[in-house]
Amino acid sequence: MKRRSLVTIVSVSAASALALSACGQAGQGDGGSGDGPQELTMWTHSAGNPAELEVYSKIIDEFNASQDKYTVVEESFPQGAYNDAIVAAAAAGDLPCLLDMDGPIVPNWAWAEYIQPLGLPTSITDNLLPTAVGTYQDEIYAAGYWDAALSIFARKSVLDANGIRIPTIDQPWTIDEFDAALTTLKAAGYDTPLDIGAEDKGEWWSYAYSPMLQSAGGDLIDRDTMLTADGALNGPEAVTFFTWFQDAFANGWASNSGTIGNQEFNDDVVALSYTGVWNAMDSLEAVGDDLLILPPPDFGDGPKIGGGSWQWGISSSCDAADGAREYLEFSFQDKYIAEFSDKQVVIPATAAAEELSANFGEGDPLRPFVELSQAYALARPATPAYPVISSTFEKAAKDIMSGSDVQSTLDGAVQEIDTNIKSNDGYGF
Amino acid sequence: MAAPAAVLLGLFLIVPVLLAFALSFTNARLISPNPPRFVGLDNFVRAFTQDPVFLRSVLNTFLFAIVVVPVQAGLGLLLAVLVNQKLRGVTFFRIVYFIPVVTSIVVVSILWKFMYQPTGLINSFIDTVTFGALQGADWLNNPSTALPAIIVLSIWQAVGFHMLIWLSGLQTIPDELYEAARMDGADAWAQFKNVTWPGLRSTMIFVLVTITIAALGLFVQIDVMTQGGPQDSTTTIVYHAVRKGYREQETGYGAAISLIFFVLVLVIALVQRFVTREKD
Amino acid sequence: MTAVTVSRQDRTEHQQRRRRRIFSYVAMGIFAVVFLFPLVFMFVSSLKPDGQILSDVRSLRAFLPVGDISLDNYVGVFDRVPVARFMFNSVLVTTLIVGLGLVVNSMCGFALSRLEWKGRGVVLAVIIATLIVPFETIAIPMVYWVSKLPTLVFEGAVPKYDFGWLNTYQVQIIPFIANAFSIFLFTQYFSTIPKSLDEAARIDGAGWFTIYRKIVVPLAGPAFATVAILTFLPAWNSYLWPLMVVQEESLRPVMVGMQYFFQLNTAWGEVMAYTSLITLPVLIVFLSFQRAFVSSVAASGVKG
Repeated sequence: MKRRSLVTIVSVSAASALALSACGQAGQGDGGSGDGPQELTMWTHSAGNPAELEVYSKIIDEFNASQDKYTVVEESFPQGAYNDAIVAAAAAGDLPCLLDMDGPIVPNWAWAEYIQPLGLPTSITDNLLPTAVGTYQDEIYAAGYWDAALSIFARKSVLDANGIRIPTIDQPWTIDEFDAALTTLKAAGYDTPLDIGAEDKGEWWSYAYSPMLQSAGGDLIDRDTMLTADGALNGPEAVTFFTWFQDAFANGWASNSGTIGNQEFNDDVVALSYTGVWNAMDSLEAVGDDLLILPPPDFGDGPKIGGGSWQWGISSSCDAADGAREYLEFSFQDKYIAEFSDKQVVIPATAAAEELSANFGEGDPLRPFVELSQAYALARPATPAYPVISSTFEKAAKDIMSGSDVQSTLDGAVQEIDTNIKSNDGYGF
Repeated sequence: MAAPAAVLLGLFLIVPVLLAFALSFTNARLISPNPPRFVGLDNFVRAFTQDPVFLRSVLNTFLFAIVVVPVQAGLGLLLAVLVNQKLRGVTFFRIVYFIPVVTSIVVVSILWKFMYQPTGLINSFIDTVTFGALQGADWLNNPSTALPAIIVLSIWQAVGFHMLIWLSGLQTIPDELYEAARMDGADAWAQFKNVTWPGLRSTMIFVLVTITIAALGLFVQIDVMTQGGPQDSTTTIVYHAVRKGYREQETGYGAAISLIFFVLVLVIALVQRFVTREKD
Repeated sequence: MTAVTVSRQDRTEHQQRRRRRIFSYVAMGIFAVVFLFPLVFMFVSSLKPDGQILSDVRSLRAFLPVGDISLDNYVGVFDRVPVARFMFNSVLVTTLIVGLGLVVNSMCGFALSRLEWKGRGVVLAVIIATLIVPFETIAIPMVYWVSKLPTLVFEGAVPKYDFGWLNTYQVQIIPFIANAFSIFLFTQYFSTIPKSLDEAARIDGAGWFTIYRKIVVPLAGPAFATVAILTFLPAWNSYLWPLMVVQEESLRPVMVGMQYFFQLNTAWGEVMAYTSLITLPVLIVFLSFQRAFVSSVAASGVKG
């Protein structure tokens, strides 16, 4: 490198660094100076999801135009990185006024005083699906426009051809029936008949498999006290379920790899797929009338599916909380909720929006998801310990999947969770 | 003249490191309404007596380093010798071998995860080459193959860099030495043993030190591909520190693990330095 | 008689050399395939729809642009992610880290290798020790720390002090300018430049800065090229840090954009297209500098 070019690079760099550090300084400050409308910052997890962002910008535009006290300014983050960004912002004391969050994390953030009680009129929150409302210690901290639901996708033709009974909400598959069906389907030529989604990672594991555990009579934690996982996560019911889970892979019923999503089912590589409402449109397109949306099997205590999706809250540090409430109230209109549902293919949180929506009204093709959600939805435990519980559950379930001893793995997980709860003085319980 | 760098390093490396060390003696949490308490050596005692995953992480980290350091150094040298010949097109090969190095490790990990699937490229390749006689494993989901699979990917990604370092060493060896050796009737192997290898001593130290440090810090591949599983067979110290300190929010404990890690690596670095200095 | 033997000898030697050359090419070719195939896979897949990528992965078709080939994924990428903006940010941040890093670190290397001063040994030892710290382990304290640092902001044309570096370009740049590894390389390289040159200049009345600028820097081209490439790569690939400290989309670098594609279902085709797009600039930079780089590493003969 010649000296002159080096000197040039340096001086240009230095000059631009100065200039940029000056103009790149765009704070998150909520208050605006002067007489203009007050700025309300708002963060979503929806970067990379243009359909959802479109609805948000519509609501924001209409809200901003409807009054002149506040201006909502939206910033979106990619979902996989969203919690990291929030935690970093909280550590730095730089949270936005309005933020959305995944349902199960609500108690943790409420306990940590990231968010404040929501304070929306009960006329709004009472109308929402119970799993679309986030609570901690009986106080509402967050509310969402929709919920998701899991079900088992199947082809009617395939079940009929193999003589497998089509289950209903009133009469779901018992676990024995389910096992028999998988055995039959495997014999019929499906290499791994059930796509259970084990190739995914993170929150999916607790979302998808802890309801099965609950259906078998176990749980992530003792929900009466929220102080220990002992007996819930390592009792005989839990062992029964996890033994089934381990066998499902050992027997070749389900694969521990493959690709995230529902491609295998759409290509008829697997016969059954345990997956969410968000995959339903694609499958409907691929399979048409032949598609069945079925309840998950009953492990003994009736089928369960996970509830609780993305919800909105107001940060504790927000200095315009009234404005934030005003915005949220404005946003919980059935027309917006229905639009989220249409764009995202998720279950609308109000009955009126169900009817407005294209897919979830009475007689619409995805209606079964609403029924499944109403019949079986169970929220994940509302405790600030949830992030640890979820991470521990995922690790234990994965270890069991790859063949480790069920009872001792679960005992280890329980010990880890209980230690954590103790070291946090019970998380306020 | 060292001032700007010293100030920057002090501000952005030393201060955070000291903060992290201070945290390791507390029960600080990432998210908590309770202020951190001083807990003395509790975190360190916990790591060594109550956390089998931590001990497993130490073991895995060293296993990884013990395999990767010699293999990556050796393979790098082999490649360097190959592309150090006066042949047409060697520049092309040098570039090709270096390409994985310039590709983001996140991207590389995603690609390889894809290929390691039971029905992925690696297995269909094994199937084809052996005419179906050998069946590939479910690489990343089997406790005995997951770490080896990550070792292969890691070497693949980084070896090009060390090839280049070796190459630089090779090119400092004067041609006359080879000519003299040839005059004495030395064959290729004898030339390598008597001329090349002695000429590469200082390069070797550099290569070993850089691979060791990189190998002990193994994190991204684990995070993208296995998250420490199956059955802790791929968890590493840095991964465990991040999992505990960040994902499970036990900042104080995570910091303690980092401190242990730092001390371990420092000891190794000092030993390496001592050993190589003695021989000089 | 003699002539015949010589030519026969020549021939066997010639044959031997030829055999060795063929062997070398075969070996290099095999390695080339091994090193290239994942990237060929990435690029080829970027032209295919998701479903086909997943089914092709079971065979050699994964490497061939066959089936339903289109640029749809690239169109999708531009719809989903502000690619141009992210590229601009990454280029800017990377250039500044590399550019300023060359100056700061070479000056430090100069001081460590040539100046006699108290505490030099300690500083060198500390710098080498810091090579060990993986960034992941100090990320949290670091976020907290930079959020408290003072900074200069302009309100109109009036400069004033404020606190907190979050959400700026500077927070992505300044912490990464000083780099222990670069200092180490510069120190090593500078110590191979004869000190007699300095002494001659000192006698002529030159100060240390002049010696650095006029004597050492011009002789250290290879070291500069090496450090440039080695600091370029992590700067371009930085992910965890910008994620934690930059909230505004308009300030994000390219690697953060990767996450945009991992929604409930991963858009694999777009992931491949985006990774191809962001790998391309690195390849271009490397290809255009590779001659200088390869020969510079060679010339620097890195001494441990």
